[in-house]
Parts: sequence; C-alpha cells; structure tokens
Amino acid sequence: MNLCNSRFSVTFVRQCSTILTSPSAGIIQNRGSLTTKVPHWISSSLSCAHHTFQRTMNLTGQRGSRDSTGATGGNAPAGSGAGAPPPFQHPHCDRAAMYAQPVRKMSTKGGSYDYDLIVIGGGSAGLACAKEAVLNGARVACLDFVKPTPTLGTKWGVGGTCVNVGCIPKKLMHQASLLGEAVHEAAAYGWNVDEKIKPDWHKLVQSVQNHIKSVNWVTRVDLRDKKVEYINGLGSFVDSHTLLAKLKSGERTITAQTFVIAVGGRPRYPDIPGAVEYGITSDDLFSLDREPGKTLVVGAGYIGLECAGFLKGLGYEPTVMVRSIVLRGFDQQMAELVAASMEERGIPFLRKTVPLSVEKQDDGKLLVKYKNVETGEEAEDVYDTVLWAIGRKGLVDDLNLPNAGVTVQKDKIPVDSQEATNVANIYAVGDIIYGKPELTPVAVLAGRLLARRLYGGSTQRMDYKDVATTVFTPLEYACVGLSEEDAVKQFGADEIEVFHGYYKPTEFFIPQKSVRYCYLKAVAERHGDQRVYGLHYIGPVAGEVIQGFAAALKSGLTINTLINTVGIHPTTAEEFTRLAITKRSGLDPTPASCCS
Amino acid sequence: MSTIKFLRSSTHNALRSSLGWCRLAASRPRYDYDLVVLGGGSAGLACAKEAAGCGARVLCFDYVKPTPVGTKWGIGGTCVNVGCIPKKLMHQASLLGEAVHEAVAYGWNVDDTNIRPDWRKLVRSVQNHIKSVNWVTRVDLRDKKVEYVNSMATFRDSHTIEYVAMPGAEHRQVTSEYVVVAVGGRPRYPDIPGAVELGITSDDIFSYEREPGRTLVVGAGYVGLECACFLKGLGYEPTVMVRSIVLRGFDRQMSELLAAMMTERGIPFLGTTIPKAVERQADGRLLVRYRNTTTQMDGSDVFDTVLWAIGRKGLIEDLNLDAAGVKTHDDKIVVDAAEATSVPHIFAVGDIIYGRPELTPVAILSGRLLARRLFAGSTQLMDYADVATTVFTPLEYSCVGMSEETAIELRGADNIEVFHGYYKPTEFFIPQKSVRHCYLKAVAEVSGDQKILGLHYIGPVAGEVIQGFAAALKTGLTVKTLLNTVGIHPTTAEEFTRLSITKRSGRDPTPASCCS
Repeated sequence: MNLCNSRFSVTFVRQCSTILTSPSAGIIQNRGSLTTKVPHWISSSLSCAHHTFQRTMNLTGQRGSRDSTGATGGNAPAGSGAGAPPPFQHPHCDRAAMYAQPVRKMSTKGGSYDYDLIVIGGGSAGLACAKEAVLNGARVACLDFVKPTPTLGTKWGVGGTCVNVGCIPKKLMHQASLLGEAVHEAAAYGWNVDEKIKPDWHKLVQSVQNHIKSVNWVTRVDLRDKKVEYINGLGSFVDSHTLLAKLKSGERTITAQTFVIAVGGRPRYPDIPGAVEYGITSDDLFSLDREPGKTLVVGAGYIGLECAGFLKGLGYEPTVMVRSIVLRGFDQQMAELVAASMEERGIPFLRKTVPLSVEKQDDGKLLVKYKNVETGEEAEDVYDTVLWAIGRKGLVDDLNLPNAGVTVQKDKIPVDSQEATNVANIYAVGDIIYGKPELTPVAVLAGRLLARRLYGGSTQRMDYKDVATTVFTPLEYACVGLSEEDAVKQFGADEIEVFHGYYKPTEFFIPQKSVRYCYLKAVAERHGDQRVYGLHYIGPVAGEVIQGFAAALKSGLTINTLINTVGIHPTTAEEFTRLAITKRSGLDPTPASCCS
Repeated sequence: MSTIKFLRSSTHNALRSSLGWCRLAASRPRYDYDLVVLGGGSAGLACAKEAAGCGARVLCFDYVKPTPVGTKWGIGGTCVNVGCIPKKLMHQASLLGEAVHEAVAYGWNVDDTNIRPDWRKLVRSVQNHIKSVNWVTRVDLRDKKVEYVNSMATFRDSHTIEYVAMPGAEHRQVTSEYVVVAVGGRPRYPDIPGAVELGITSDDIFSYEREPGRTLVVGAGYVGLECACFLKGLGYEPTVMVRSIVLRGFDRQMSELLAAMMTERGIPFLGTTIPKAVERQADGRLLVRYRNTTTQMDGSDVFDTVLWAIGRKGLIEDLNLDAAGVKTHDDKIVVDAAEATSVPHIFAVGDIIYGRPELTPVAILSGRLLARRLFAGSTQLMDYADVATTVFTPLEYSCVGMSEETAIELRGADNIEVFHGYYKPTEFFIPQKSVRHCYLKAVAEVSGDQKILGLHYIGPVAGEVIQGFAAALKTGLTVKTLLNTVGIHPTTAEEFTRLSITKRSGRDPTPASCCS
C-alpha cells in the first residue's frame, strides 16, 4: 500500500510538471501508465466538490487563546448555542462560491468570530501553522497575496518565497550548475561526452517553473485536504480581531479570535538612480525570460553568492560587489574561504564597493557606476543584468498594523518567546519576526509549534539555537552552532579549542578538481569533555553532511564522542571523525594519507 | 627501566625521534623491534604509524599473493587497492553517467543518446589514482619512521618472525616484543568446477583489462550489489545470483527495498539459486549452470564474466599461527576486548578478527587505539557498537545502530517504535528520476524520550547523510531531539527531522507537501 501510494504521488507530480524527456521505449510506456492514472487524481479532486462538512465544536476543549474577555467590535450575531451545527456544503473547492457565499458564523467559546485563526501569508511559516491548527481542530483561513515585482512584474502562486523564488528554484539552479560540472567530470571518468556544452536557459527556467507550479498545485490540494480555507487576497487590519481582505472580486471583512502574521519579506532595492527601473532581484531571476549574460550581483550574503555561483556554473559571467564583508553573520574564516573558492572559479569580487547608479545604454546594456568606499575611487562597467541581493524587507507596510496596535521594529515584528506580539491575540512566525533566523525549516517548525500551543495544549516553544544552515555555492558551505568569532566572544579565546583540517574528496582525484578549499573545523570547549559549540564544513553536499551533526550538537556532542565515532569510508563527512589537529598547535592541518 | 618509561611517556616529537638512541644507550633491548605488524592494509598501517608516533620501533610486513588470474597490487591493503577506493571511483563513474542524462533534463545541450564509458580509460584512471595513493602511503611510512618490508612473514615462535626479503634469498628472522596480525582477508571462491579458472572476484574487476560485458555476480552481500550496480550504470548487463537473502546482517526491509530499486533499474535477481559449474564455450564466453534450491530446477545461461562475491576468507594459513600458539576460528583470529589473541603479546586488528565489522574505519580506529594502549599508556578500548556503514548502490543505503529485526529481538516488538517515511529529493523532479525507493526510518524505544536505536536511509549520498547521525546516535540521540532539530532545506538529510509517522499507526508514510 505504501509503495502504491508513493507511485501514485510520483505519477501525479510528473503529470503536472509536463516535462518532456528524451524519448525511449521505457519512458513511453511510463507515460502511457501516467495517462491511465491521471483520471483517478482528477476524480479524487472533483470529489471534494461534493464533500459535506460536518463538525462538532469542542466547546470545553483546551484553547490556547489568551483573550478571555470576549469579542470586541464587529457586528457578528451571537451563536445559536451549544450542540452540533447543521451540515452544509463546504465551499472550499469552488473558487467563485468561496468568494460569493457568506461564511457561516459559528459559535465559539469567548465570542463569535468568523474563524478561530486567520493566518496572513501563504508561505512556509503560515501554511505550516494553518495546517497544524486545523489538525488540532481550529477553523482556519489563510490569506495569501503576492505583489508583482517592480521591474518585471514577476509574481507567483501559493507557497511563499521558499517554493517560488527561494530554496526550491535556487536548489534546482544549483543542481543544474553542478550537473554541468558533472558532464566534464564524466569525460574524465571515461564517458564519451563532448565537453563543449552550454545550457539552454529558457529550457531550464521552464523546467524550474513547471516544477514550482506542480508544488503550488500540491500545496493547494494539501490545504483543501486539510480543510484550510485559502483566500487569495491582501489583508490589512481594521482592529485586533478584524481584517479587511482585498480580493480580486472586491473587499471582504473577516474576523478571528487569533491572528498569525507570516507575511515574510521581499528583496530590498538600493536607493540609487535606476535601481528599480533596471535592476532585478532573486524574485525575478528564476523566471527571467532572457539569458542573464554578464551579471553584476550586488551583495555578498548567501543569496548573492549562491546566485553568482550558479550563474557561473551555467556559463555566464557574474561579478560580486561587496560593501563590507562576505556572508555577514557567518564564521569569517569560512566565509573568506568560500569567497576564495569562488574567485578560483573565475568570479571576480569588487570589495568595499557600493553602487552609485544604473543607466541603460543605447545597446540595451546596463552601465553601472560604483565607488570604492575605502579609496573613494569611482569606476563603471557594463553588464547585461544587475541583480540586487542586499537584504530583505519585511512586508509590514500593507498590514495596517497600527490599527491592531502591533509594534514594528525595522520592518519586522518583535515577538516574545511564544511568538506573541505586543497584542495578546496576534502572533508572528517566519521571516517577518525580528531578530530570528530567516530559514524555511525554522519557519515551518515555529509555525507548527505555535499551532500546537494555541490549539493542541502543548507548551513546547521553538528553540532558535543551533540552527544549521547551508550556502549553496558550487563548493557548498554548511554550519551549525557557533562561529569561531562568536565562541571566542562568548567564552574567551583561552577557553576555545578549534580542531580543523583540509581534506580531499575521493571523487575529486580523477577529474583533478581543486581540493584547495575543502576544509572543515570543530569549535569546542578547551577543557573537560570538550563540548562542541560549532561545526563548519566546506565541500560537496554540505547540507547533507551537516544535518546529522546538527542533531548530534543538539544531543550534546563532544570532541571525545566525535573522534570515537567510526567514519563511513570513503565519504567527505567522515573527515569530521578524523579531526585531530588543533589550530593552537600550529601543526599543518593537511592530511598526509588516506585509508590508514 | 623507570628512565625508559619516562622517555616513552614524553610528548615532545623532538625527544621521540631520538628515543631509539636513548633506549640503545640505556640498555640493550631484548628484541629487534618493539612491534612487528603483519599486514600493510588499513589496520596494520594505522597501528604501525600510531605506534611509531608513540616512540616504538616498528616493522611492517606486507605481501600480496596474485589472484588466480594474476592480479596483484601495492601497499595499502584491500581498501586502497581493491576495495573502498576503486569501488567508490567506479560508483562515481556510474553516477556521472546518470548525471549526463540529468544534465539534459536541466537544459544542457549534451548529446546523451549514445554515451558509453571507455572501460580501459576508466580502469587506467582508477589504477593511476591507486598508484598515487600507494606512493603517498610509502612516503608517509618513511616520514613516520615505520620500517617496511615487502615480504610474506610467518611465525617461528610467539616473538620471532621469519621472512624472505627477496625470492631466492635466505630466510631471515626478526624478534619483537609485540606482534599485531592485520593480514585481512581475500574473496572466497565456490567449490565448483571452473570457479577458479574462469571466474574473477572484486580483487580483479578494478584492473580488468577487457570490458566485463554481460556479468553474473554471484552473491548478494554489499560487495556483490555494489559491483552489479556500477556495472549496470556503466552500461553492462549484470545479473545477481542470491543464495538465500540479500544483504545478510542488514535490516531486512531496507535490504529488500534496495533489491527492488536495483530490479527497477533493470538488474535481474536469480533468487535462492546456487552455481553448479562454469564452462568456457568455443566462442570464449562462459556457460554457467545453476540450480534453484527452492524449486530444485536446474538452469544455465551464458555470460562474458562471472564475478564471485560470496564472502571473504581470513589470510591465516600462511602465518604458521600454530608455532605462536594463536587460536583461530573460521579463518579468523579470536581476540578479547583489547584485541589480544590467546597469546598475551600477540594482537589482531582489522578484518582478520573474528566476529567484528569488516570496515576500513573500524580497522583504522582499532589499530590506532591498540597502539596507544601498548605504547602511550592509554586504556581506551575500541567500541564496536553503533558502527555506521554504507552500501554504494545508485540509490545508496546507509545505516547506523540496530536493524528493526535486531531491535525487536533484543527489546521486544512492544517496546520498539519505528518512525518512517518516503521522500522526494528536490533534485529528482526535473529529470523525473524515480523516487519510489527513497525511504528512511528511525528505530526507537517506544516510551520515555524514545532513545533512537537505529537509523536507516536509502537515497543519494547516503554515507554523507548518515555520518553525522552516527555521531548523534553515539551522543544519545532521541526521537524528541531529532524532531526538534531544525532541518537544512532543501536536503534529503532533513527528512530525518520530519519523521512523524510510525509504522504502528498504519498511516501512509508518503509526504503530502514540501516546504510547509
């Protein structure tokens, strides 16, 4: 049964992606098989239209809501009292009906609102929270809206940044880049491939976008299956329990006992002439309908480096402009190694440089003027594309938060350790939160835990410490726990011991790939059991390597345990179990031998 | 004597390098060496180098008998020459062939309709890399002052080793206070007509001069499965003959999933079948006769190559262990928790040990720890529990800790909770790679914090995924901690942090959504 379900899911996704592959008998047969299965999915979807909704409210069940003073404002009529409400046809599956049909007012403890919970934002945090809340019995609506980008008018479907313009397309572009490299390696391993290859940008973008659309669809179906009411509209607060939703079909006022703000953020543009008119951001890159060509990437955070990395891998010419340091917030030794690795691959870095203006030339190319902030020297260069990667701005402007009394700080919403804002019934999760990691899995987990606390009687809070992250540059960088700088700042240099080493992936020898920047280190306590505070790794499949070590760190990993863990050979991950040289010793951290 | 002990315990390298002279000046040693290591593989070399690093005078013997078809190799043992390294490189070659097809799906203008490997070029590249590792190993031994003799060595008594430095030369003897046997093993051949004359093993495949073509792989342990898979990936036609079960000693469900994955990729399995004879036909191809032990039906088929992967035999026969009084069991040497044999000053490490995992990192770590106990005053014993391992098939299988069967056997089914899930690697969508067998599970206690007893994963880069979790398991990982570990997105490894469905619940372990 499990396998059958798995196959069915695969079939569904394949059909939605409508990707054509090179013809072969096997694939043709599979395609025939796909055809026979699609009607079943369609039938399954259509059956939702006939779904009859029946729910018994648990009026005595535990609720996490802090507001026990009852409803304020609004003109909703009081409920008709305890007991099962009459059955009615659920309007979810009919978009027109969803907007046209008035939502029934159902009674709930403490007052009468349209919903127990309204989640504002259909990204990872919002959806995770909404779905988990429904599982715990809440009536949930999710508002989602995407404003088109200023330069190209790019927009996308449900799922938020991660699905549409973040993690997923970025990983796919990164994979495309790595596969280009793999073709060259295949030749070194004896395959008879012609190494003079180049990518078809339009085909790649189409494949990426097709996959994204299939995820959008799966997400919509999942919401429907889990009975989250999805409203494609822009919401703004009227008061702390009332939202004005601007829909395609008009405006609509909805009320809820509890709100969760999960609107996330969007890329910033610099305040210089031509920035908005001529520059694009990562919101545009993954659906860009022309080849990016020679590209100036402004910003050396992980988004900028990742984009520069896969653009180079796809055969384009990126340059990275760095205002101050590379990968702010990360371990700086590792950050500089990543930059050096990129430079080794032919990606120039303009250090200590800020852009002054972007102008479009007669030939359509972009003239960028910039200044070196150290020397004061000005210069200019011509590019096909300018990509801003200078940070993200929280989407608080359209929410009309003052009406709800919610405090804002630097385009973000401050919350307490329960993700509660300063207004008791309003919470925030995901990238919109002030001072917390902007990472999809953080958003997902925080959203789920919040829902469980509100509706499932849980008391578990989100732990934002020791969150692992990966920078998907050609040679990837993943880390978990403290950087060396943070450890020294927190404990003092005399209390810190750093074990480190360079290593040589077995797979790199035959194609003679550079191992110059394959490096890892463990930042640990100097004395006692030597608790590991942080782990850092540059090399292939860095995220896959570090994930398990993140679980180990959370379990209380020590150096003693690490070096007594038997390695898996040959892997790059085993190099952590072979760490034996400390920085303090001054010994050469380059390994002398393999396999003994 | 106390002076010598003081000198030995010194941690200064400069002093260490002169320790030999100090020893000679202080007192004439009773033996030629402090340590003689028999075997130049991973275990032996690790032990020898660590011992030398602790100030011991070390001699290492290494000798490789040619295979029946004449294959031989340099220093470094099985792992470097005919094991982990060439296997990983062949596996990588296979994956890269697959990557070319994927590159097309991602928009690269590569022609993937007629790609095929140049077997000779691949073998030459692999062998060149091996030779470079041999060289680095020799230099490393020299730098670390381990004396190396390329010769077969045998015991004369428990402290005396006899060897012939060169063919035709006179026999020589050396004495040593300690001896470590680290000779490892070699592949077995079945006792059937034509097996030795016409078949090859993994000792031969990585330097095989002709294309393997249509290949019968006899044996469904990890060596057999790995070889079958990279042969398939390189465009050849492997068939796997299974005597009883696939991957004996591994989790049953995962083993069967792996076999199903291979079958999906076009590798036929001859189940419950044993070979009866191999004959060479007039056209040079090999006629293999076999029998299905369940149906008793005989069959036969023609192959270009027959590869035996039916297990390995410990190399104790040439050692003359009787002369030293060392006890053996099933071609292996029996040792205690400190790797001591039945003779107090003779130890054994690596694959030659009876009843321990035959894995390179196990060999290396136990070799090092033994050297530290003998020469650096350490008391730390090798921990053989929770050793992670990987089977390098196209979708790799990696695991650490207990299989589900072992957990149930030791704890009882009512005390075991298995969390599991299928997953879909992000990279697989565009090229429409099959995700049917991408699966992982955690075997845990049913109550309390739910300590994790074992983790299992089938998917890409399995070894890279499981290594960190092996460290976590050793640190006392629980289900609670696992589920509260924030995932790295998008990775396949993060799927462990998303496990929430138990087998007991009967719920569908197929994920409904991604990214939320």
